[in-house]
Amino acid sequence: MLMALVLHENDNVATALRPLNSGDGVGVEAAGNVIKIPLRQPIPFGHKFALRDIKAGERIIKYGETIGQATAGIKQGEHVHVHNVEGLRGRGDRP
Amino acid sequence: MNFMGYRRKNGSVGTRNHVLVFPTVICASSVAEMISRAVPGTVSVTHPHGCGHLGEEKAHIIRAMAGFCRHPNVAGVLLVGLGCELITPELIAGEIAGAGQKIEVLSIQAEGGTTAAVAKGRALAAGLMEEAAMAKSEPADISELIIGTNCGGSDTLSGLTANPAVGVAADMLIAGGGTVFLSETPELIGAENVLCRRAADDGVAGRIREITAATEALAKKAGVDIRTSEPSPGNIEGGLTTLEEKSLGAVLKGGTSTVRQVVAYAERPEEKGLVIMDSPAHDAVCNTGMIAGGAQVIVFTTGRGTPLGAPIAPVIKVSSNSGIYERMKENIDINAGEILDGKEKIQSVGERIFREIIEVVSGRLTKAEILGHREFAIHSLGLNV
Repeated sequence: MLMALVLHENDNVATALRPLNSGDGVGVEAAGNVIKIPLRQPIPFGHKFALRDIKAGERIIKYGETIGQATAGIKQGEHVHVHNVEGLRGRGDRP
Repeated sequence: MNFMGYRRKNGSVGTRNHVLVFPTVICASSVAEMISRAVPGTVSVTHPHGCGHLGEEKAHIIRAMAGFCRHPNVAGVLLVGLGCELITPELIAGEIAGAGQKIEVLSIQAEGGTTAAVAKGRALAAGLMEEAAMAKSEPADISELIIGTNCGGSDTLSGLTANPAVGVAADMLIAGGGTVFLSETPELIGAENVLCRRAADDGVAGRIREITAATEALAKKAGVDIRTSEPSPGNIEGGLTTLEEKSLGAVLKGGTSTVRQVVAYAERPEEKGLVIMDSPAHDAVCNTGMIAGGAQVIVFTTGRGTPLGAPIAPVIKVSSNSGIYERMKENIDINAGEILDGKEKIQSVGERIFREIIEVVSGRLTKAEILGHREFAIHSLGLNV
């Protein structure tokens, strides 16, 4: 059974298909190749982790589309969620 | 392909044969409920509307009320008013005349109060039930079906399992000549590129961008990050990080067909095939709008679990993961979580959902119907005094 899923070859995040532990080496299939991502943090079921290092301000890509932007640098294998990603749409809090 | 439905006088086909007791104003809500309780088999709704609506709001509420009351799933309707309201039973009766329902009207003030109105309403509703009982279902082509799609209590699995599986079923219905509503405008924000690539023409693409921009402007007007509401706290706990992410998963339930038309809330489409309805994402508001726009069945995906139903149309619930299916089995009809468990493919679950839709529109009760879920809410534009 798959542990995590990458939806599009341009994606920089994967989705955990079961609760994953810190230190797990998770094999994910990206663009036809299986790569092993060492997890730096536990990843809850359904949550995302970084497939590669992502710089602050860089776009987060899932389904091959932009889902938001990193608010801090994210290392490969780190949890990617509301603590380090913001949405770019519907931002009434911004001028 | 055929299903078994109730053909109404105007040619439309119902998947249910309800007698509806409908208050046209909040002041008649309790009387409508009392009448419905006294006549088993009838259904009633409550809502806060019917008075104080200004301009566009009045037309918007009337469209939703009339769409609901003239729905082919309604065999007969008793419209209950107070007597001094803006939206009267007579007004709605005029809007829906000719659709084929047997219509009765009742005014609480004219009857002289609650007790007399309930007594008269009970007799009228019983008469409607007698008439409805004469209706017989007959074969009808699936091209006469409109399916509404909705997702509520989503998690990140919704976009990986349940929504794409519903998308397979949506494509199958459209291939058979039917119509599918994709709705919940906030959950199109961020997915415009995906949808506009599939728009029938530039006009449709322009309308898609127009409705998402209008909804995005609401967050700007409120001065907040839309993430304070969308994704919801439960969505975020389930792993959805931004609205864009939620949207890209949400639009998968509309399948892969060409977007033929964009309609207003509760508006009936002129086109067949995939149609986008401009509606809030609020689950009950969205279901009510799609039903008022003619949907005879709703397919509803959920990751966190929801019991939601609707008063006059069946709601088929599809779970995105096996955990929630096991915990809330009494509320969920189909589990798409088996895709993750490696037991099934998106395609085969989609085909199963399609078969379930045909069974349900032919009369099989959904879990929401069996448990008595009849949530109902009409969208307001907020132009009230």
